Order: sequence, then C-alpha cells, then structure tokens
Amino acid sequence: MSVAGTLHRRQELQAPSRRARLRLSEGLLSATPMLVLLVAGFFAPLALVILYSFMPRGSFSPIGQPTLENYVDIVQQSFYISFGWSLLLSLLSVAILLVVCYPLAIKLRQIKGRRASLLTLLIVAPLFVAENIRLQGWVLFLDKGGLLDGSLVWVFGVGPGSLVNTVPAVLFGIVYVFLPFMLFPMLLGLANVPDDAREAAFDLGASRWRLFRDIELPLAMPGILIGMLLCFVISLGAFSESKFLGKGVIVTIAQDIESAFTFAQNWPRGSALSVLLIVLAGAAVFLAVRRIDLDRMMGRR
Amino acid sequence: MAVPILQLRDIDKFFGPFAAVERVSLDIVEGEFFTIVGPSGSGKTTLVRMLVGMDTPTKGDILLRGRRINDVPANQRPTCMVFQSLALFPHMSVGENVEYAMKCKGIAPAERRRRALGQLRTAHLPEHYYDRPVTKCSGGERQRVALARALAYDPEILFFDEPLSAIDYRLRKTLEKELKDIQRETGKTFVYITHSLEEAMVMSDRIGVMREGRLAQVGSPNEIYTEPKDRFVSEFMGEVNSIAVVLRDDGRLHSEILEASFAPPPGRPAQVGEGTLIIRPEDMAFANGAAPPTGANVIEGELFNEYLLGSRMQYQVRAAGQTFLIEKLRVTTPVAHPGDRVRITWRAEDSMLFAE
Repeated sequence: MSVAGTLHRRQELQAPSRRARLRLSEGLLSATPMLVLLVAGFFAPLALVILYSFMPRGSFSPIGQPTLENYVDIVQQSFYISFGWSLLLSLLSVAILLVVCYPLAIKLRQIKGRRASLLTLLIVAPLFVAENIRLQGWVLFLDKGGLLDGSLVWVFGVGPGSLVNTVPAVLFGIVYVFLPFMLFPMLLGLANVPDDAREAAFDLGASRWRLFRDIELPLAMPGILIGMLLCFVISLGAFSESKFLGKGVIVTIAQDIESAFTFAQNWPRGSALSVLLIVLAGAAVFLAVRRIDLDRMMGRR
Repeated sequence: MAVPILQLRDIDKFFGPFAAVERVSLDIVEGEFFTIVGPSGSGKTTLVRMLVGMDTPTKGDILLRGRRINDVPANQRPTCMVFQSLALFPHMSVGENVEYAMKCKGIAPAERRRRALGQLRTAHLPEHYYDRPVTKCSGGERQRVALARALAYDPEILFFDEPLSAIDYRLRKTLEKELKDIQRETGKTFVYITHSLEEAMVMSDRIGVMREGRLAQVGSPNEIYTEPKDRFVSEFMGEVNSIAVVLRDDGRLHSEILEASFAPPPGRPAQVGEGTLIIRPEDMAFANGAAPPTGANVIEGELFNEYLLGSRMQYQVRAAGQTFLIEKLRVTTPVAHPGDRVRITWRAEDSMLFAE
C-alpha cells in the first residue's frame, strides 16, 4: 500500500465519528508549526525559484515576460558535463556505500548492549564536526607534503605526491561524508529480518547465497532503498567535496548553480539549473518510494 | 527394538563454565514419536538445536543412521525443525513458504506446486490458501503452514520446538491429536520438545524427561507415569502429595510434622533413612464412617476447598500446615463440606518412596 493510499483509507475510516473529527483537528493543530515552516521555508522559495527560471537572462525580478530561454541556453551550452559528473559521482558513491555498509550493518546488528551504543556513537561522531572542516582535514592528509605523503617521504624517501585535485579524491569525500546516511537506514532495514526466519531458511536447505537473496535482501529492502535514496539525492547536490578535494578538476552541477547565482549574477539561469536538478532528484524519489512499503517498515502489518 | 535412526552419545554442551546439556545418551527409533520434556532451562532447546545442526556439541557424538553428523551444518542435514516462533517467511505466500525447501533443491515450479498442494492437504489446509500471504493467516493456520513447510523438505526426522505453546487450549488439544495422526500417516520420525507433560502424554510413543541438562528418565508414557525413577520425575508428572518421612527400625515410615506413621510401599529398599513418600491425588480416598483399622495409612485434616475439573472433582485437605489433594470422579452428593474434619487414606502399594 502506498503512503497516499494509507492516508486516504485512514481519513475515510475516521470521517463519520465526532471524536475522529476532533482528533483530525488536533492533528492539524499539532502540524501547524511545521506547516508554517514548510510553507515559508520550502514551498515559497521553491515557487520563487521556479518562477525565476522562466524570467529573461540576468533579470533580478520574478515578475516579467515568461520565457524558456534559460532552459534553451542550458541545453545548448555544456552544462550536461556537470550534470553528468554529479550523476556519475552519485551513482558511484551509492554503489560503493552499498558494498561498504552492508557487511558493516550485518555485524553491527549482531552486537548488543553497551558496545553497540558506543560503536553507534563513534560512527555518528564525525557528524558533530562541520563537513567543511572535516574535508579540509582530508586535504591536509592527502595533499603533497601532507600527513600521508610527508610521512612516506620521511620514512621511505618517496611518496605519492598530491592525492587531492583528483576525481577519486572527490568520490572518496562523498562516500566518507554520506556513510552514516546509508548505514543507519540499512540497519533499520536489517532489523526487519528475524533471526529465526534466517535459521528456518538455512534449516530448509538454503545456501548462504540463497539466504541472502531470498530472505535477507527482500526483508531488508525498504531500509536499503531509503539509504540509497538518501545518499543519491544528497550526493547529487554535493558541492564541498569537489570544491575542497577536487579543486576544480571537475565541476558538479551544485557548483554551477552556485556560480550562476554569485559570480555570474544570472539568477534565472541558476534557477533553471536548480529546477532541473530538483526534477532529477524528484524522479529518483518517486521511483523508489513506489517500491517502499512504509507500513511494513514501521511494523504496522 | 529396531535400528536407531538417531543416536546421541554422551552429549555435552557448555556455555562457558555452564553445562546446558550434560552426558545425554539416547537412541531414537525410526518412525517413533519421541518427546523430550522438561521445565524451562532444563536444556531441551539447546539439545534440539544441536540435533538439527544449529549448534555443535562441546563433547560427544550425534549419529544419523550410524554416520557422525556433529559438524554437518543444518542446511545439509536431512532433518528439519518447526520453530517455536514458527519462523514463517513474512514476505511470502503460503505456497511460497511451503515450496521453499523444494526451491532450494532445484525442483521445477510445476512439480513444486503439485507437491505443495499435497502438503497443504496433509496439514488440513484448503488448497486455495496456496496464494494467501502468510501474514493473513490465523494462529492455527500458521501452525499448519509451518508443518506443511517442514514436511515438504521430506526430512528423515522432523523436530518440533514447542510450536504449540502460544496457541489457546482448545485449539492446542485439536492440533496435538492431529499431529499424532499426521505422524502415523506419514510414518516419519518426530522428535518433539515441550515443557508440558500433558502434551507429551497425548502424543508420544516414548518420552525423555530432562532436568538440569541431563536425561532423568526415558520410557513409554505409561512407564513414566506408573514407575517414575525419582522424585523429580514423579512430581513433574502433575500434582502429587509428598510427605517427608524417615524409615524407622519398626519398618514403618514416620512423619514428624504429621505425627503419624505409614506402611512403606512393598518391594522398596529398606535402607532409605530419610525420604519422600509420594501419593497421587487419584490414589487418595476419604475414610469416613467407621474408625480405620490400626496400621492403616491415615491422615486427619480439614477439608479446605473443592474444585470441579469437568468429569472429576479435586479436594484440598489441610493437615498440620500441609496441603493434600484428592481427586475423585464427580459425584452428585457431596462427600463432605468445606470446614468438615475428614480422614484421608491410601493403599501402601499405590504410594512411591524416594530416598533423599
């Protein structure tokens, strides 16, 4: 059952009784602060961005003769390169994160009690430090004469030189920063795989591979999909990683949007690029959400 | 006795210094319904996990048709278990659950379906349940799905780890009998784990009683009921009356608390010293009317309460701070009323004496 379908059904069930109506208005009341925040902080700017994307080049007013020239410009110019890089980096980082996080999540799930909370804390701890600072730290580590190169030169006389300003460094940065966003939804998903179902399948003659494919993966899928989606969408907008670790070796779409708004002072173009990025991310969300059973994830069924 | 299909030789299982299972030796005969019964924590689940291959013994051997299978993992053993939680696959239909073992064996879909429908019939489930999600099945139906799924593996031995414990009383009674019928029909060896002796009695050909990781007694339900080996087994069989006694030189058993002496059961060793005399409630009787003959086993007390157990009545008599139970067929005219002074008696040959 889709999310919308569930909501629809609930409302139908609640409609008749007075108490239910009361509960609905209470619900509305509790949601008001968030609604205000969403309207003022999300929908209004979004509407503004969409509006700007149809304004003439270099215009600073959202009111004017609508035009498609920004979109035409984007298609005619070489923006597909930065879109391509962003898409490629997102897909690659999601793939790498899947491989890195899955075994980690399997083992973490088996650990119970105080050790589990300690490990969770250690994984979350980097999030307490601003992303830019952490990335600068990696620059100091990977750069020529940095911690890695400098130490190797000091000990062996040779070093790898600078490892920053490369695409792998950017990819590494994205994978490093977004690891918790893959790991925790995945853990949530794996919590939906009962141990006894695993044992029962094994007892019924399933091989390790079959167990993974028939039992673990389908039952953990909602969590894994959410993790993939989260990582894909936020790494699509990744910006600091390529700025700090790439230093211009590639330009991601988020960097293009930034320079359109700042350096180039072309708000309509920045807006049009933003709209295209939102559409891309939205399409991914739509495709994934259709496959996720939220009811089952929350244990309601 | 036929050739044992499963042999356990001096099985030990230690968790650190704790012995969950200790020196268990047992032969299970092909085609029998064997039940391992014991209170919780007696090691019965640990034992069965070793037998299905989800755990390995610390010491000792498990032999299946004479072949040592200690280190054979569960997915390569020709045995299968019905879990306490049933462990159905929640994302699959009834049919997919039942077919899973056949899928692992690589049997073609059409043949799988044909056999799965057969298993559903064996487990008394209608064929149209094949496409139903297991999450939409009731508790009793899930039991049947779990049984059909295990039978579809075509195991040489089918293990059960208390699958009926979460089912309500009436349905449990029905399923117990059905399970025994299915065992007869299929001719398979069933090894059943339970904490309920009642359940064990109904279904089993033989019973093994476990206590603190050891097998206290193995025998037919009748043997275990009539000739329990020790006090633990006799008390585990159900409610019994126990009296702490000392064997005196006059050959009689003296109870200090009751200030009375009783005749010992015949044929029991004379050198018991301190012991426990056990009498089942149904072997007790009221001795009303005439004064009992001297030397008879008599306890005087007060009838405290009575309970109707369907076709039977149970009376609770209190004497010297101890409670005694008497069970009789239900009668329409009351034997006595609560608060009455009563005398209870039993025949010496119906009592059991165990040394401390």
